[in-house]
Amino acid sequence: MPEPTNPEPVGAEPTPPSTAAERPATPATAPVDEVTEINPDVDIAPEDIGVPVVAEGERLLEVDTVTLRFGGVVALNEVSFHINKGEILGLIGPNGAGKTTCFNVMTGVYQPTSGEVRYLGKPLGKRHKYQITKLGIARTFQNIRLFANMTALENVLVGVDAHHSTGVVTAMFRLPKHRREEEQGRARAMELLEFMGLAGKADELARNLPYGDQRRLEIARALATSPQLLCLDEPAAGFNPAEKAKLMELIRTIRDQGYTVLLIEHDMKLVMGVTDRIVVLEFGRKIAEGTPAEIRDNPAVIAAYLGVDEEDAS
Amino acid sequence: MTTTQNATKKVRPNLNERIADLPLPIKVVLWIIFALFLFALPLLNIPFITTPDSDFGGVLFTVSTYVLVALGLNIVVGYAGLLDLGYVGFYAVGAYTVGVLSSQHGSLPWLWCVPIAILVAMASGVILGAPTLRVRGDYLAIVTLGFGEIVRLTLINSEWLGGAQGISEIPRPPGIELFEVPSIDWSTGVPVVDLGTTTTFLKFGISDFIPYYWLALVVIALVLVFDILVKNSRVGRAWEATREDEDAAELMGVPTFRFKLLAFALGAAIGGLSGAMFAGKSGFINPQSFELLLSILFLAAVVVGGQGNRWGVILGAIVVSYFPERFREFADFRVLVFGLALMLLAIFRPQGLLPPRRTLRAKRADARQHVLEEGEAGA
Repeated sequence: MPEPTNPEPVGAEPTPPSTAAERPATPATAPVDEVTEINPDVDIAPEDIGVPVVAEGERLLEVDTVTLRFGGVVALNEVSFHINKGEILGLIGPNGAGKTTCFNVMTGVYQPTSGEVRYLGKPLGKRHKYQITKLGIARTFQNIRLFANMTALENVLVGVDAHHSTGVVTAMFRLPKHRREEEQGRARAMELLEFMGLAGKADELARNLPYGDQRRLEIARALATSPQLLCLDEPAAGFNPAEKAKLMELIRTIRDQGYTVLLIEHDMKLVMGVTDRIVVLEFGRKIAEGTPAEIRDNPAVIAAYLGVDEEDAS
Repeated sequence: MTTTQNATKKVRPNLNERIADLPLPIKVVLWIIFALFLFALPLLNIPFITTPDSDFGGVLFTVSTYVLVALGLNIVVGYAGLLDLGYVGFYAVGAYTVGVLSSQHGSLPWLWCVPIAILVAMASGVILGAPTLRVRGDYLAIVTLGFGEIVRLTLINSEWLGGAQGISEIPRPPGIELFEVPSIDWSTGVPVVDLGTTTTFLKFGISDFIPYYWLALVVIALVLVFDILVKNSRVGRAWEATREDEDAAELMGVPTFRFKLLAFALGAAIGGLSGAMFAGKSGFINPQSFELLLSILFLAAVVVGGQGNRWGVILGAIVVSYFPERFREFADFRVLVFGLALMLLAIFRPQGLLPPRRTLRAKRADARQHVLEEGEAGA
């Protein structure tokens, strides 16, 4: 029996429930080798979410001498950088350098031990995670964390719902607000799915989607919250070169539609090709910052990636 | 190949979908016939279905209480994914609120007590949930287990609440005696209208429990409508997202704590409502009516039926409460059979008798995939 070709690494899939022990690696709706094409022309520009919109090139978010300690371990050591509106900023570094930790500080998962994160000029402070999302910072996850037993459309709707306020009473009596939010929400969610090329799979359960579609769906879900800043945590993990090229296109298109993107990525080629500026972390410290060209020739970065001794590098 | 056959069989639309495809007027008519059948059920005295050893009207009322409770618990366990082992506590709070206000320390009519009981149960849900919903999974189960026991022990030890004797002389729901409804007699082998055994519409008496069952049916219908409307909205999605991945939900803008508390409060309110119905029907409550075993049975109803699917948990509640009454003659083996049934269920239907549609959909997708692969292999 010919093995169905399977472009995605099985290990990277979210663990399905135990009942599906014999679940085939390629999910049902994905005819073999099909690569989902995005529709870059669909308008997915962020909706007005009631936060001040900064002008292109102005500072959107500042990480100001942030230190984060877990007991004796210093995960982030006086890290400072900023993100300008409308740019694609790459955050790179070897494994364990503190990239994801940095994301977690920015999205309210961790509170910095010292220093602060300023968004739109104001410190994020001790806001809840969902409040930070409402302010316009959204993220994806290194290991996919979709709502596996909800449909693709429902996943995106949860993101859109971030700015909705329908509660039990509104829903129970089907008040106009419910209908309005539901209609608007569905329209926006379908636009996003269309943009991602997933409109035909709107009613598929997230866990039945092929790996690449799951990655895209996660981005769509984050975009659904109409973020000012979109943080992508290794979106190309497990992708082959063709898929990576597509992803670069996608990230650029997202930026062109009016989003600011912060990108964590291991793949140097991808980062160099798509970002405007790059921040390099190593052992929780920022060791370099600059344009892709500057970073490429930076001896400290080369040392960090190739493991040259400190003395040789400096 | 057998797998292919299985697979193709699974892909065919099931009964549910075929019903969904019917035109609306036919669906409405079917629903009305079904509702009429439910209301007439205790009068029809259908052989084999009717319980031989206990009053069928009373059994049907008990079954409908379980259904109501299961619907409430389904919001907590099925939708929001919070394991609650002390649900009987809310049931007790509802029943005792009615008892205290109408008999022990007041003389409010039953109908006035019901909304108060719902509110008190809801408040107790919030009071229990606010500090405990920060813990997850196993811890929450243990805390709620403790809550159920604390409620029961408080009832036993508080003289103000009637102590171990409980509260008696709880007033019954107000009735209007309009007309007599005859029942059907099967003793000759053919159904004959029996004008001797009648039920008064609508008299909430002490020997004929059929009107209580009718009342419970109406309440269940209202709760079902509420359940459908709320589940099918932002609220329902937020619950599901929280159940699926709490951290991811929070980072997608869902105030998870608030929604978990909401699920807890709504579940508690429905539990309290069931308790109030129970108190109104039996006229007498004591702490023994609210044993821990009841919490387990309630949870069993939800799990057996298929948590997350409202029709499933209704079926589960019927299974858990009806069969022990129907087969009373085997009372000695009840627990044994129940245990065996649960084990078989765990092996053959781990998602419950009627799993939520999401599980079914996943299964159908698998089946389609099998077909695709088999087709490839054949080519």
